[in-house]
This record gives sequence, C-alpha cells and structure tokens, in this order.
Amino acid sequence: MNYNWDWGTLLREPYLGWLWSGLGWTVLVSLGSWAIALAVGITAGVARSMHSRFIPQVAGVYIQVFRNIPPLVQLFLWYFVFPEVAPESVGLWIKRDLPNPEYITAIVGIGLFSGARVAEQVRAGVAAVGIHLMPAALATGLRPLQAFRLILLPLGLRAIFGPLTSEFLITVKLSSISLTIGMLELTAQSRHIENYTFHGLEAFAVATAVYLLIGLAVTALMRAIDRHFGAARFKRAQP
Amino acid sequence: MSDFDWSVIARSWSFLAEGMALSALLVAVATAGGLVFGFGLALMRRSRYAVIAALATAYVTVMRTVPLILVLFWFYFLVPLVIGRPVGSLASALIAFVLFEAAFYCEIVRSAIASVRPGQTEAALATGLRPSQVMRHIVMPQGLRAMTPLLLNQIIIVFQDTSLVYVVALRDFMTTASVVASRDGRPTEMYTLVAVVYLAICFSLSKVVERYGKGQRQ
Repeated sequence: MNYNWDWGTLLREPYLGWLWSGLGWTVLVSLGSWAIALAVGITAGVARSMHSRFIPQVAGVYIQVFRNIPPLVQLFLWYFVFPEVAPESVGLWIKRDLPNPEYITAIVGIGLFSGARVAEQVRAGVAAVGIHLMPAALATGLRPLQAFRLILLPLGLRAIFGPLTSEFLITVKLSSISLTIGMLELTAQSRHIENYTFHGLEAFAVATAVYLLIGLAVTALMRAIDRHFGAARFKRAQP
Repeated sequence: MSDFDWSVIARSWSFLAEGMALSALLVAVATAGGLVFGFGLALMRRSRYAVIAALATAYVTVMRTVPLILVLFWFYFLVPLVIGRPVGSLASALIAFVLFEAAFYCEIVRSAIASVRPGQTEAALATGLRPSQVMRHIVMPQGLRAMTPLLLNQIIIVFQDTSLVYVVALRDFMTTASVVASRDGRPTEMYTLVAVVYLAICFSLSKVVERYGKGQRQ
C-alpha cells in the first residue's frame, strides 16, 4: 500500500477546527434526535400498550411505517417532499423562514425513525414489568394514564435501560446520514478534509476513534447509572 | 395535488429496475459474505486463546460503533490504495458491506451457538466426536433454527442499509430514484415512490418473519 501518512495535517487549521465543529454537530444532531425519539417513542409505546381498540392501532401504524422505510429515504421525504405536499402556507414557511432548516429536518427525520424503534422497546418494557400491575394500579383508584405514568413507565423504562442505550448509540451513528442534506457533522467533515488535503484516511481514522470513544463512554456511563438506579439493581433487590 | 406528474415513474421504469437489481446484489453479497466472515468471527470469539478472542471482539466493537457511511468512505478510498489501481465504487462498497455486516452476523451466530445448551456439546464430545463435528452435526443444526428470525430481521436491516451507498454515488434503487428526481425535477413523485416500495418490501418481509417466529414457538 502506497500512502503517505501525514497526521500533522489534522493539527493544522482549518482542519482541526473542522473536526471539532463536526463533533459538535454530531453531538447536537444526536441529542436533538434522541429528545424527539424519546418523547415520540414513549408516547407511542404507551399508546401501543393501552387497552383500547383504536389507540394501539394508530401507534402500531406509526411504528410499522417508520421502521420499514430506510432512514435516509425518510430524511429525503422530510427535506424534499414534505414542504411540497404540506399546505402552502406551511410549505412556504419551511422554505423561507425555518431557522437552520438542515438541522431541524435532520433531527425530525432521525428522531421519528428512532422513535419507532424506541416505541417497540417501551412496549416490550411495559409488557415485561407486567401489564398485570395494571389492574392493581387501577384498583387503587388511579386513572389509566396515571397508572402508566406513576407505575408502569418508571418500572418499564428501568427494565429497558440497556436496550435504550443501544438505541441511543444507533441514533448517534444515524446522525451521520444528515450529511446528505448538508449537515457538516463529523463524518461530513472528515470527507471534507479528504477533498481538500488528500489525507482522508487520517481524518477517517480520527472520526472512527471519536465514534468509538463516544460509544464506549456512553456504554460505560449507562452501565454505571443502571447499576445504581436501573434494572440491575431492581433485579438484585428481588429475592 | 394536480401538478404532480406520475408518468415520470413509467418513463424511468427500467432505470429504476436496474437500481433495484443492484440493491438486491448488495443485500445478497453482504449477507452471504457477512455470514461466512461473521461465522469465522464468532468462532474466534469462542477461541480458547485470549488474543484471538480479543481481536475478534475488538473488530466487532469497532464495526458496531461506527456509522456505515464512514465505513463506506473508508473503503472507497482504502481499497484502491491497497489494490494499487482504481476499482469502481461497486467493488469497494461490496467489501465495505461484507466487512461491516459481518460484525452483526457474528453476534447473531454467537447467540445461535449460545442457544444450544452446553450439555449437548459435552455429551457429543463424550461420544467421541471431534469439536468441528460437534459444531457441524449437533450445535449448528439447532442453532440455525434458533437464529433464522434474527437472520431474516438482519436481512431487512441490510436492505435498508444498502440505500446508504448513495454517499458513494453507487446506483442502487435509492440513488437511481434521486438521479431521476433531479434530472426531471420530480423529487416529490420519486421519493414518494421510493418510500412506498421500501415500505412494501420491508413490511411484508417483517410479516413473514413474525409468522415464522410464531410457527416456531408452537
């Protein structure tokens, strides 16, 4: 292999700055998407577990549709198609006045895809800690939504702490698809450096190391939290 | 909705079909190659030599924490350097997919092997079978049955993943559609079509997996 490694390039400006800002955007896109994914996913997951004819079906349609279309396609739908098919005033507002449209589109697109996956986990978590707690909760006089909020969700979310951590890391990886609509996140910046310097492999190596560090750090942190508050402790407490 | 022109789909039909054929090729190669390599990785992770197991574990960890797009970029630039001459983006994408998905198939194979109780292996070894024979005749036949739903699910994920070859301008279904979309100025029609087609295929496959899983439990 005939390649002239030159790691010094990455320490020179503007390339180091590019990598830093790329990392910043990766973090911002990941956290923004995750906030949407959690909010939508928990709502849909609870809706899916409700005792009703209609509500679980609506949540089910959301989950099936958003899980079965590739995230990249969803992103393009939000970016290119949604402003065209939305009511004209909304479409115009998105095209003219939406601040930072790439960022907003990215977190909505990625967030709704991850949300469908989170919803499945939440449903599984609620089912695992026992929908059988529901009659007991209702017997104490709680309304169904209160029972979910006060009893089933706190227990269910603890039970799925591990899977939720994996989902978060999948969301971090997915943040890279936002480069297709022009977000300059970490992967985009390393590609950018390749374009300018022909020292792409060094940039890719740094990006790889950063993703690996994020993955390992988040996993370690979540394990520590899980040990104190989550299912691990919950399981130990049981006889 | 009156100013939509759906005839663009009919006009570009054969071009889109070629794209879908390439997507199918990517899925087939990624799955076949990924399974073979993933099986090797799974055996390495079970090796009694700590170094070999650690190497395979490190490989799987790295591949599972890095975005596929970054892996595609890596091999897009790395493969021509290693081979010493330019290769098309197809060759580098195929290599990237096999090496990337292998990490995920490795975990599936591992869970399949783990699903067979160790007593069976011990009993088989006691009858005088060699470890490779135990793997082939005792563990894998049962493991394969256990891993089929996971495997089918992974194939759906790989199919969705193939849309990412867009970033190296390889003309899969997604990319051909986007080429038509910008050539004819019809993004709404084309991306709607793409979404509907992926949804139809992935949803029906996932229903098949669900059925299979239910049949298996009974």
